[in-house]
Parts: sequence; C-alpha cells; structure tokens
Amino acid sequence: MSDPRVAGASVTRFGKHPERTGRDLFAEAGLAALDRSGVPADDVDALYYGNFMGEIAEHQGHQGPLMAEAVGLTVPATRYEAACASSGAAIRDAVRAIRNGEQEVVLVGGMERMTNVGTAAATDALAIAADDLYEVRAGMTFPAAYALMARSYFDEHGGTREDLAHVAVKNHEHALVNDNAQLQKEISVDEVLDAPMVAEPLGLYDACPITDGASAAVLTSEDYAERHGLDAPVAVTGTGQDGDNLALHDRQNYAATPAAAGAVAEAYADAGIDADDVDFAEVHDCFTIAEVLAIESIGLYEPGKGISAAREGETTRHGETPINLSGGLKAKGHPVGATGVAQLVTITKVLEGTHARADAVPAADVGVAHNAGGTAASATIHVFEVKA
Amino acid sequence: MSERVRNGAYDDWLDAIGDDEGYYVECENGHGWLPPRRVCPDCGSRELSEEPLPEAGEVATHSTVHVPTPQFEDDAPYVIAVAHFGPASITGMVRGADPEDVEIGTVVGVEVGERATTGDRAVVFRPR
Ligand SMILES: [Zn+2]
Repeated sequence: MSDPRVAGASVTRFGKHPERTGRDLFAEAGLAALDRSGVPADDVDALYYGNFMGEIAEHQGHQGPLMAEAVGLTVPATRYEAACASSGAAIRDAVRAIRNGEQEVVLVGGMERMTNVGTAAATDALAIAADDLYEVRAGMTFPAAYALMARSYFDEHGGTREDLAHVAVKNHEHALVNDNAQLQKEISVDEVLDAPMVAEPLGLYDACPITDGASAAVLTSEDYAERHGLDAPVAVTGTGQDGDNLALHDRQNYAATPAAAGAVAEAYADAGIDADDVDFAEVHDCFTIAEVLAIESIGLYEPGKGISAAREGETTRHGETPINLSGGLKAKGHPVGATGVAQLVTITKVLEGTHARADAVPAADVGVAHNAGGTAASATIHVFEVKA
Repeated sequence: MSERVRNGAYDDWLDAIGDDEGYYVECENGHGWLPPRRVCPDCGSRELSEEPLPEAGEVATHSTVHVPTPQFEDDAPYVIAVAHFGPASITGMVRGADPEDVEIGTVVGVEVGERATTGDRAVVFRPR
C-alpha cells in the first residue's frame, strides 16, 4: 500500500479576520497549497473539506462545492463535520481514497469563520458540539466540559492549576516565531493563574482563542509524486479514528479520552510505529488540560503522568519530545474546522525543516497529529514520516 | 430558547423529574442511560426498561461556570456538575449551596428548575 505524500501545504494567518468571507479565507490557503505543490489544478480529483459552524457563522451550508469553486476546481467536494476534528476526518478519508487507488491527487483543507459572530454566539456555537438536550440545556459550555475533565483528572491523579499553566506558557513561547499565530505574546505562569476564570479550574489563559482561518494541503499518491518529480518527502503513513459517547456524563472516566487512545492504536499499527518512535507531535490543546490528556493518549505518558510534562520541560522545544511547536491551538489559534489540516501543515514543515521551530527536532522523521472533536467523542490521529 | 414543539422523550423525562417520578433507562446488564434509548451503547442490548431514578445522587465532577452561553447569561456564575444516580449519570446545575462547598462526593437530589436568563426548564441538583 503506497503512502500518500504531502505535496504542498499552507495556512492563512490565524486570528481575527471578521470581515473576510470563508470562501476568501479558504481560497488563500487552498491556492497557496496548490502553488507550492507544483500540481496542476486539472489533476486534482476531489476536495475533502472540514467545517464546523458554517451555518451559524455565515448562514452557509453546502460548503464543499463553494470552497472547491473558490480555488478554481469543479470536482467532487464534500464537507466533513466532526466538531473540532472536522478536517482530521477529512484527511483520513482523503488518505483512504488515495490508498485504495480511487484518486491520485486530492485537496484537503478546512476553514472556520468565528469572530464575526462575537464571543457570546461563538461560545454558543462551540457548545453544540456537546449533547444539546442533556448537556447544553443543562448549562454546559465547551470550556465547562473540559473543566469537568480537569477536576476529575486532579481528583484521580493529582495536579494543579499551576501544572496546567506551564502548558499555556510553553505553547505561547513556541508561537513567538510563528508569524501565522494568533497570539505571539510571551506569558508567565502567574499571568495564567491570575487571569479571569472561565470555568473553574480553567481560566482565560487555559483556553484557546476564538479564531478565523483556513488551512489546505495537496495530497498525492506516491506513484503520482514519483512520476511528476514532486518534491514531497513527507508521507502520511498511518491513520486512525475512534469515537465515544457524545455526552461526557455517559462515559466511565472523565479523566481520559479513550477515543483518542483507540485512534492512536489504529494509526500506530497502520504506520508500524510505537510511541517511542514519535519525535514530536501537534496535539489538540483547545484547553491546557486537553494537551495533558492528549500526550497520555498518544502514548508518551502513562495515564496520570502527563500533567507534569510541560512543567518539567519535557514537552518544550528544548525537551525530549516537543509538543505543539506551532504554539498549539492555545497560541496559534483554533479555527475549528481548519485545525486538523493546520496540524498537518505544521508537521510537514517541521519534517521538511522549513518550520520556524524545526531546529527543535533537527533529526526528526516521525511526527504525529492528534485532532479531537468536542470532549473527544471524535478523535483522529495521523502519523507522518519522512521518506527518501 | 422557548419552543412550541416538544422534544418528546426529553421533555417527558423533565416532566417526570418535576413530578418527583424521575426515571432512567436500564439494560439487562445494568447499564443506565437517559431517554430515549432503543439500544444500550455499552453492550448492544435492546432489552431496556424504565427504572426509578434513585432519590440521591453523588457529584462526580463539577465546575463553576463564569462565562456561560447566552442562554445562561443571567445564571452565571453557576456550578455545573455531573452526578451519578445509580447506573445513570446526569448533568445539571447545582443550586442551594455555596460553590465552594460543592465537592466530588457531595450528595444531591435532582429537580426541575428554571434558567434565570430565559425561564426555560433546567436540570437542577440540590444538596440533601
Ligand atoms: Zn448494556
């Protein structure tokens, strides 16, 4: 089975673009990815596109063909919606289509426009990734759901708000050289601890910002890349996805994300790697506690042991296994539907040595992307490796 | 968000909680859920029965919410919690207690309250 190659990848600047339409954001990322790939637009067989709240933000459904048109394509184009894992799910189906030989060249991507609706409406929109009847109508918010998980983690394994603050400080520091990041600002542990509370024990600086942005990548079959002499050394060698009960209260354990662990098992087996092979990862740190749960689910830490990783410096750019060299969702920003492919973009650049933080892992040849939807009722994992 | 069309099984369940006749749905293997369920997500059993909700539940995790959705604007800050009632678990707001006094293990009853913001019904836990 041939491993799809990443021929070109791009993101818009993440941040506040309240007046830019979704189609324009996606066109910027998509055209840049096509240009970098060297693949002629005529060769693109399909668009796999992630978006979560397009109906709310832009009163726009049916975004697949709209976004294909925005990058000059008339191809089969489907929107994937798996909350914050929307474009992770899009990558997965793109990989499968290439592997099974149905398609040779696909565009994957995602877009989210969020700041135009304001913070209150965006909070409302994010909440509907939870169970509307039994969670949202009971007062659940997206930060509250992760706060419930954090409280449960602290109770089961120990840990403090200060441990979590180190995750935020690390990711902000990583983003300082990422010119596409929403927040390029150094912060201190005390600033995180003193920030206003959002949902206890999580404060404002434990949470990712509300972000507009888009991401895109051209994936091709290995054969296509060879035939056309593409400079595409990075391959997607493993894919995994798993699910869980939608409502947090219906799960056995609120201090773990088994869907992510299931997706990891599948993706690592698919790639033929184990956690020891992972040189760095981009994980879904929508909240600081989410990064802790993520590094445990991808096998870098035993359950209950990930809480101290950032504080101990193990996941900083100087550490053994850097996590979120991009700045993560926390500092880079989280345009929900674009996040999965944005992780792919970062990992590709790090493996190619062109990322501003690539010097953290100069000999890296395995990177992992962990993308979670809601409280990880959806999770996708992708393994990327450098091939000769 | 008031609405004219009922979400049948959910509104029926709230009615029952309000009448102090709360129930949950249980499979033959003892897995508990909130309605509607036609199949147990844990074991696949379709032999489900309605069982009376235990009078007391236990807080499993909780958070004080300071930044609510617009539908809870006037309710904030409020405590949200997941509480275990036998094999079923429920998410609700904790009222009648100082937020600082709500802990994992706090014993609560469940009732139907109103959102301060919209007047809509909401699941409320009260320490007992
Ligand atoms: Zn069952």
